[in-house]
Amino acid sequence: MSATDYRNLAISAGLVGLVALMPFYASGYVMTLAVTVAMFTVLATSWALFSGPTHYISLATAAFYGLGAYITGLGIDHLPYWTLPLIAGVAGAIVAALVGVATLRLSGVYFVIFTLGLAELIRQLVTFAQVQAGRQGFYVLTSISETMIYWQLVALAAVVWLVGWLIWRSRLGFALRIIGNDETVARHSGINTAQAKVLLFMVPGAAAAIVGAIMAPRYVYIEPSMAFGPILSFQVVIMALLGGTRRLWGPIAGVIPFTLLWEVISGNMPNQTYLLLGVAFLLIVYVLPGGFVGLYEKALHRWREGRAA
Amino acid sequence: MATTMTRDVLSVRGLTKRFGGLVAVNGMSFDVREHEVMGIIGPNGSGKSTMINMISGALQPTAGTITLNGQQISGLPAYQINRRGVSRTFQLVRPLNELSVMENVVAGAAFGHRRRWGHEAEAFAETLLQKVGMGRHIHLPVASLTYIDTKRLELARVLASEPEVLLLDEWLAGLNPTELTTGIELIHSLRAEGRTIIVVEHVMDAIRSLCDRCVVMSSGAMIAEGTPAEVLADREVIRAYLGDEDDA
Ligand SMILES: Nc1ncnc2c1ncn2[C@@H]1O[C@H](COP(=O)(O)OP(=O)(O)O)[C@@H](O)[C@H]1O
Ligand SMILES: [Mg+2]
Repeated sequence: MSATDYRNLAISAGLVGLVALMPFYASGYVMTLAVTVAMFTVLATSWALFSGPTHYISLATAAFYGLGAYITGLGIDHLPYWTLPLIAGVAGAIVAALVGVATLRLSGVYFVIFTLGLAELIRQLVTFAQVQAGRQGFYVLTSISETMIYWQLVALAAVVWLVGWLIWRSRLGFALRIIGNDETVARHSGINTAQAKVLLFMVPGAAAAIVGAIMAPRYVYIEPSMAFGPILSFQVVIMALLGGTRRLWGPIAGVIPFTLLWEVISGNMPNQTYLLLGVAFLLIVYVLPGGFVGLYEKALHRWREGRAA
Repeated sequence: MATTMTRDVLSVRGLTKRFGGLVAVNGMSFDVREHEVMGIIGPNGSGKSTMINMISGALQPTAGTITLNGQQISGLPAYQINRRGVSRTFQLVRPLNELSVMENVVAGAAFGHRRRWGHEAEAFAETLLQKVGMGRHIHLPVASLTYIDTKRLELARVLASEPEVLLLDEWLAGLNPTELTTGIELIHSLRAEGRTIIVVEHVMDAIRSLCDRCVVMSSGAMIAEGTPAEVLADREVIRAYLGDEDDA
């Protein structure tokens, strides 16, 4: 590790520490927003770890999230609470591996459609199972406070960043970037492309399932349409792309403004949230193809050239 | 080189590839000896690239076998064939545009036959970039490279895994006369290092000066085999090149 690495690690650790102190000075309303930001930070950052380098757009976030929420819903009365996020993480990774094996040989378009269908499929299955059992959802009644949820999410975000940073520097991360550029070249350079993609797809799968498990107590009552709501998958994609996937800090740069805007719009014009999704999407495609990271890199480039001249 | 005692590194037996009703490669058999530069020549559409694609694992043969050092490699996925020591360039050059020049070469070193990573890989990549004449371009974006430089870059990438057999599919195609001279010199230098190379080429000068032996393909089948001088004087070869206009 270089001196810059240590510096960046120290700065990141310091920032995470500061953010973790928020419950001690922020109001309840701000904390509610902070939980949402923390949640999307984990989801978008882990999403970008896989989809950024490979350019495979995954719309499976809601499937994993719902899986995690249901694991908490089913397990809360029977198991110690702390085991549930762990179980969810393992389950999410396993489902991601299965989905990956089944789909990652497909081209990008089929992968998008399959991942979108996956959340819907699981939602239907769960609904069906619940109808058979004669119920609509689960009560998740716990003493877990919002502050606890927040801390868990911040800790998870730190873990995701660390994992992302380690992957980025590893041969696996490099392999993914080559795959994203040209999968044929990757294969002819000795990369087991299927294995690399499946391995990395397990990261967002596990992370989203853990987030679902952590968030479940916040809903009190969980049912399929909420746990597996497809809008979550789209939000995550848009936030990650808005921030930019070429840097580890990119997604959070999209999560914060988007979450705040979403809050304002859903508070004042609840019917216009889809419009926000659409506008953000167009903005990314036409104005900000690299997200805020792309803007930053351009500015940095100009600044350096200016200095060199 | 053909005079010294050499062993066969790569052997192809009865190799056939069908695309639906089209037989692109039809029962090809040949051996490539260690330290030898072997040419595959033939008119457009005669199945040369399909041969390269089967040897490198991009395509699975319909029939026949390929062995590397006595071990069968046909049927293996491309990444395993690369790891065993077969490395290829592409007829249409494929640089990795989002990566730096250095990373393009490290990509060849990190996962293949002889693996290198970190500083070791970068140092090795730099040596290779110097060797292919790109020492000054290490810090340029790949998108700004000239055509010949992307070809050089790809060559450095495939050399980076220290392959036992190098497959060059029309590596000289599309170069202007000056670049061509440079390109031929470059492949000469690889030959001088004693590498084992299969070249697919159209450039006759290159074939004459580079190849120890050639196989000539026409409509998927082998029509001649021998030294460049022998095959280029062969009647059937001349007919294949000059006669079948509709083959192009
Ligand atoms: N993937 C493919 N699918 C169908 N036909 C193919 C494919 N690849 C090559 N061919 C056909 O096989 C024949 C041999 O092609 P190729 O090996 O590229 O020839 P060469 O490299 O000698 O010019 C041609 O008729 C070509 O159209
Ligand atoms: Mg060809």
